[in-house]
Amino acid sequence: MATDYSKYLRMEKLPLYWCPGCGNGTVLKAMITAIDELGWNTEDIMMVSGIGCSSRATGYVDFHTIHTLHGRALPVATAIKMCHPGMHVITFSGDGDSTAIGGNHFIHACRRNIDLTVIIVDNWIYGMTGGQYSPLTPTGTKASTMPRGNIDPNFDIAELAKGAGATFVARGSVADPISLKNYIKKGLAHKGMSVIDALSNCHIQWGRRNKYGDPVKLVELIKEKTVTKTKAAKMTPEELEGKYILGILHEDKEKKEYTEAYKELVEKAQNE
Amino acid sequence: MSKAEIMNGNELVSEAAIAAGCRFYSGYPITPSSEIPEHLSKRMPEVGGVFIQYEDEIASAMAAVGASYAGYKSMTASSGPGISLKQEAIGLACMMELPLVVVNVMRGGPSTGLPTRVSQADVMQARWGTHGDHMIIAVAPETLLETYTETIRAFNMAEKYRTPVYILTDAVLAHLNGRVELPDPSELEIIERTQPTVSPDEYNPYDVEKFGDIPPLPNAENFPKYKFHMTGLNKDKTGFPTVDVAAVEADEERMINKIMNNVKDIESFEYYKMDDADLVVFAYGTNAAAARVAIDEAREAGIKVGMFRPVTVWPFPEEQVAELGKTFNNMIVTEINLGQMLYEVERVTKGNVEISTVLQAAGVPIRPQQILDKIKEVS
Amino acid sequence: MAFHYELRFAGIGGQGNMLAGAIIAEAAIFFEGKYATQVPTYTSQVRGGPTKADIIISDEPIYFAESTHINFFLALDQRTYNLYKGDTLDGAIVLVDNGLVNVPEEDRKRWDVYEYPIVRTAKYEVGNVITANILSVGMTGELTQVMSLDNIFKAVEKRVPPAFLELNEKAFKMGVDIAKKLKAEKGK
Repeated sequence: MATDYSKYLRMEKLPLYWCPGCGNGTVLKAMITAIDELGWNTEDIMMVSGIGCSSRATGYVDFHTIHTLHGRALPVATAIKMCHPGMHVITFSGDGDSTAIGGNHFIHACRRNIDLTVIIVDNWIYGMTGGQYSPLTPTGTKASTMPRGNIDPNFDIAELAKGAGATFVARGSVADPISLKNYIKKGLAHKGMSVIDALSNCHIQWGRRNKYGDPVKLVELIKEKTVTKTKAAKMTPEELEGKYILGILHEDKEKKEYTEAYKELVEKAQNE
Repeated sequence: MSKAEIMNGNELVSEAAIAAGCRFYSGYPITPSSEIPEHLSKRMPEVGGVFIQYEDEIASAMAAVGASYAGYKSMTASSGPGISLKQEAIGLACMMELPLVVVNVMRGGPSTGLPTRVSQADVMQARWGTHGDHMIIAVAPETLLETYTETIRAFNMAEKYRTPVYILTDAVLAHLNGRVELPDPSELEIIERTQPTVSPDEYNPYDVEKFGDIPPLPNAENFPKYKFHMTGLNKDKTGFPTVDVAAVEADEERMINKIMNNVKDIESFEYYKMDDADLVVFAYGTNAAAARVAIDEAREAGIKVGMFRPVTVWPFPEEQVAELGKTFNNMIVTEINLGQMLYEVERVTKGNVEISTVLQAAGVPIRPQQILDKIKEVS
Repeated sequence: MAFHYELRFAGIGGQGNMLAGAIIAEAAIFFEGKYATQVPTYTSQVRGGPTKADIIISDEPIYFAESTHINFFLALDQRTYNLYKGDTLDGAIVLVDNGLVNVPEEDRKRWDVYEYPIVRTAKYEVGNVITANILSVGMTGELTQVMSLDNIFKAVEKRVPPAFLELNEKAFKMGVDIAKKLKAEKGK
């Protein structure tokens, strides 16, 4: 049965604030569909965002929502989860928000393995502020603050999350929304810190500077640049150069979740 | 019945926070405030509260804002550069109108300055540290007992007015050990945020038309039932962004007026030996203790001098200080900095009074003798 | 005039002078029914930096807690002695570790100076260098005579971990005996 989106959206806030063709909507839809399939009540869901185009998503969904400051979604989400461990806490923010200004919070939230689902709309650029380069802007491509082409190397969000201690890491893309939805769904159901790197298109701020001003063309590019984990296993390092590997890239069900650890600490303190 | 304890200022802030109902503390280690997280890391789990040491000062302040949104009474503490880093979160609490208590154990600055030494050089930062027009409440206790009672009052005002409140202590008060007769918990007045009486569907976090300047805000128990949106952007009554000129103007003014219209409830000050005084000393925080000793000694020498001591330093006690300006010919302003509240005193006394100063920013307390010398010079 | 007594314990971080100061203040508060404060001054150097603890004991509430008219000054380090001796009143009692502090001649004229190798005694005679502060507390109690020694020891008991109580009791008593001996040598 088709998803009744009106159950999850603040319909009076539509139409969306995003540019026509923006990948934000695709990622948001994948998330809502995943939640619908899990059958969660909107009263039990807390969504936290930082600052940026994708961070405006908190305004559209009919959950508990808070639109915080640039890079700061995770400290806020962590606090809310600690206060209400029974709630499903999701963050929804961009690549610059999550890995540049919020980079420190990101690695430490991963390290704690707190039960949050972190959806990063990874569109390779700071969209809202005018196309400046982010830690995910592909090296060599243009941005408003890299007019001669980006000289900065990139983060690999999945490797970063895994290395920092997250226990569920997946990468999907707007070119394959069904798989993206499945990864988000698994991430939501995972008990612990789950990170979903959602490759997305910003044809306006990244695309227009790099001859991909057309959303369809840019989604095609994303399709070309991505390869599933299964296929990647059969490819040589040379063939994988410049490719983004899709799939569930890391899963650990053993590591203790942070609110559980804290609960044990409280019990210990109260039984001393 | 009260209970005598030996505690230092940092421990008293921590215990008072728990007594006031604070159940969320987030912080980051920094001298001279570190005994606050050390104490609360032990105490919070005992009372079923949350303690987290975050990765940095920014996260710890943001977390306290997040916990307040989620219905918890929350606190963060720091000193010097740490307070500078917390400013964006304090601004967010102002805009979202969330209760928050921030402890600044003041140390020498700017920058790393004098980490272990006393200062009162952050009083203007408390007022204007975060960007944008806003009002703030700040209290500056003088003694150990007042550190406890003002912390309780800080939480009460934060909840009542949905606003951040600073507690300004300093390196001396933080580490001063002395006897304190703690009030019995049953004698404390503890204020909780007003709870919504409307159904979740009808609830708006800034419904000033229906509820007046300080609308209800769900506590921890009610939070899961009430879905609402908050943002750091200028907002309308529903909590969603607006750029409507009239709405923004009204909201900006209301956020200041919700405090200024209640200044009689928020203000707290002391007149010390002022009945027959013909010279007044303006002092606050621990520096007022030095002034008190100096005044006692001056009176033994026959000098009729008194003190005006604001306990609530923000909003500034404009009415009282303006009156002092009209009543006295001479006033001594003393503070452990190079002149900050001095500007406020000058502003509100409008040249009606001759102002002398005892100012010092050297990492050591101003001594009673220094103030006494000035009293003798002026009188 | 009401009773008012100011002390300063000066040394370097790690010697335990802060705790010694706290014990004196706690003895006054809990067991003598007086007002007392202890305020430490230290540096960001965890071990070895100059530190002091100012202690005030009074019949009346104490507002300004820094010692500015010192009746008893203890120093276990030369640099700290030089740095913090300035507030000591003429005729005050000054106790130093003479293995660590040289008292200039002009200071001997101003103050009633007692000297003893406190740290070395803690290490070799009590048996643990960490007891130097409790040895100092014992000496302070006997030299100042402002509180009963029993009450000071009660405060030691409150602060010292049970496993170290016996050792610290030895240090405290040795401190008292040494101070008695030093006083006797001066004919006091």
